[in-house]
Amino acid sequence: MRHPRLRRALFGLFAVLTACATPVTPSPDYDALMAEMMRASFREQGIAKMDRLMQDASNAECSKSEGGPLSDARSEAIQTANYKSVKMPADGKFIGDWREGERLAQNGRGMTWTDPSTATTANGGGCYNCHELSKAEISFGNIGPSLFNYGKLHGVANPEAPESLPIVDYTWRKIYNSKAFNACSGMPRFGHAGLLSEAQLKHLMALLLDPNSPVNK
Amino acid sequence: MADPMRIRAQAADGKATVRVLMSHEMETGQRKDAAGNTIPAWHIQQVSARWNGATVMNAQWGPAVAKNPYLQFAVKGAKAGDKISITWLDNRGDNRTDEAVVS
Amino acid sequence: MKRIPVAGLLVTAMACALAQQKFGADGIAEYRKMLEDGNPSDLFEARGEELWKKKRGPKNASLEQCDLGKGPGVVKGAFVELPRYFADTKKVQDLESRLLTCMETLQGFDAAEIAKTPFGVGEQVSIEGLVAYVSAESRGSRFNLPQAHADEQKMYELGKRAFFYRAGPYDFSCASCHGEAGKRIRMQELPKLTSDPGDGVGFAAWPAYRLSSGEMWGMQRRLNDCYRQQRFPFPGYGSDVTIALGVYMGVNAKGAQSIAPAIKR
Repeated sequence: MRHPRLRRALFGLFAVLTACATPVTPSPDYDALMAEMMRASFREQGIAKMDRLMQDASNAECSKSEGGPLSDARSEAIQTANYKSVKMPADGKFIGDWREGERLAQNGRGMTWTDPSTATTANGGGCYNCHELSKAEISFGNIGPSLFNYGKLHGVANPEAPESLPIVDYTWRKIYNSKAFNACSGMPRFGHAGLLSEAQLKHLMALLLDPNSPVNK
Repeated sequence: MADPMRIRAQAADGKATVRVLMSHEMETGQRKDAAGNTIPAWHIQQVSARWNGATVMNAQWGPAVAKNPYLQFAVKGAKAGDKISITWLDNRGDNRTDEAVVS
Repeated sequence: MKRIPVAGLLVTAMACALAQQKFGADGIAEYRKMLEDGNPSDLFEARGEELWKKKRGPKNASLEQCDLGKGPGVVKGAFVELPRYFADTKKVQDLESRLLTCMETLQGFDAAEIAKTPFGVGEQVSIEGLVAYVSAESRGSRFNLPQAHADEQKMYELGKRAFFYRAGPYDFSCASCHGEAGKRIRMQELPKLTSDPGDGVGFAAWPAYRLSSGEMWGMQRRLNDCYRQQRFPFPGYGSDVTIALGVYMGVNAKGAQSIAPAIKR
C-alpha cells in the first residue's frame, strides 16, 4: 500500500473494532459474593448472634491480607486505635490472685453457642490452649510464645513496686487488647471484647507477674 | 438386634490373629443425663470365642471397656478355612453371635 | 555405699523426666498409632453400605442410582473428587449435600428437614453411615477435585476468603489455628490447610470416628464444631460457606491420599 500512515490508521481502527467485538468476562465481584455468602450461610444460635460476623478494621484488613502483614501506616493506625480502647483498672491496682489466674488459664470455655450466657463469670482465658505457662502443665499449645518465667525474665521482683510499672502497664494492655501492639495479633482481646472482667484480668496478671506464681518458679 | 460384629481372622506362623469390632453402647452406669438422672448401665459382661466349635477364650467385661469395643487375640494352631465364632452377652440379657472364616 | 542410692535416685529422676517427656507429644503419637487397628468406622461403613442398597423413603427406592459425580451409582473414586459442580442442580456440592439431593429426588425424603435435623438424630444418623461407606470406597485414592467449571473456581476463591475471615469475639478465622505449620492447641496438632498438609491429614482424614465421644463425624459436623469453637454464629448444614471451604481444602489437598473414614482421639 502506498500510504503507510493510512495503512497504520486503518489497521489501528480494525484492531480497536475487533477488541470491542470480543466479549470480555468480568471477574466476579468477590467482595459482594463474600458478603452475601456469609449472610446467607449463617444463622444465630444461642448467645452467638449474627453481629459476630461484623468485622472492625483489624479483622477486616487482617483477613484481606491472608496472613501477610499490613502496611506500616495501617498497622500504626489500627494499633493506636486499639491502644486507646484499653481501660485501666479504676482502683489503680493490677495484681489479683495467681491461684485464680491458673484456674482461668486452664479454662477454655465460654462464649460459644452452647454456653448459656455471655456473662464473664463462666468464661476462661484459655491461655494454655496457645501458651506454655507453669512448668507443671505439660499440655500446652504453641500458637503463642511461651510465657514460662514471664515475670522473672522481665525482672519483676515486686509487681506492686513503682519500678515494675512499665512492665505491669504493658502486660495489662496486652491482655486487655493485644491489637494495641500488633494489628493482626492472633490473641483474643480479653478486655476489649468483654470476655473477662477487670477482676479476672487482675488474676491473670498475678499468674504472670507474682513471684510466687508457678509461672515464675 | 444389635449391629453385626466385624470379625477378621488371619493365619500366619502357626496361629490365627483374630480381630473383632463389636457394636455396643457400653454405658457405664455412672453417667448422668442433662436432667441429672443416672443413665442405666448397659454393657457387655461376657465374651466367648470358639474355634471350630471348641471354646478357646472366655472373658468377663465390665464398665471400663469402651463403646464399640475392639478385641484382638491369637488362636494357636488355627489354619485358613477354620471357623471362628464370637458371642457376647450383656447385662440386659441381650446377646449376639457372629462367625468368620480364617483366611 | 552412699554413692549407689544417690546414683539410683538420679537415674530414677531422669527416667521419670524422660517418661514425662514421652507422655507429651511422643506418647500421644504412640497412643494414636495403637488406635488405628480396630477402627469403629468399620461398623458405620457396613451400615452405610446397607443404607445405600436398601429401598427407603416415601418413594421406596434405594440410592443405587445416585450420581456422586462419576455417573449414577458409581461410588468408587467419587469421594476424592468432591466437592464438584453438578449440572442437574447447577450447584457445587459436597458429599453430604449431594446425598441430600439423592435422598430427596430418588427416595422422596425432605432434604430441608434433614438439613435442619441436629447431628446424631433421625436421618442425620443415616448420613453418618452413608459418608463412612462412600469415603471408604475411595480409601487410599488421592484427592483430585475438578476445577474446570467457573463455579468450581469461584467456590475455591470464596473458600479461601472464608478461610481467612476473622470475626467473632475472639477474632478467630480458620487460619488462626490452621494457617501455619507445626502448630498445636494444647496437645492437639493442627494441620496447615492453606496448602497440602500431606497424606491422611486434614481434609484427607474426615469423615472420622471420634473415640472421645464415640461419634462418627462427617465434614459438615467437623466444620460446624470448628465454627462453634471460633465463637461464630451457626453455619447452616450444607450452606455455601461449608461447601466453599471444602473446595478450598480439597483443591489444596490435591494428590494427598485419603484415609477416610479415619479414627481420631
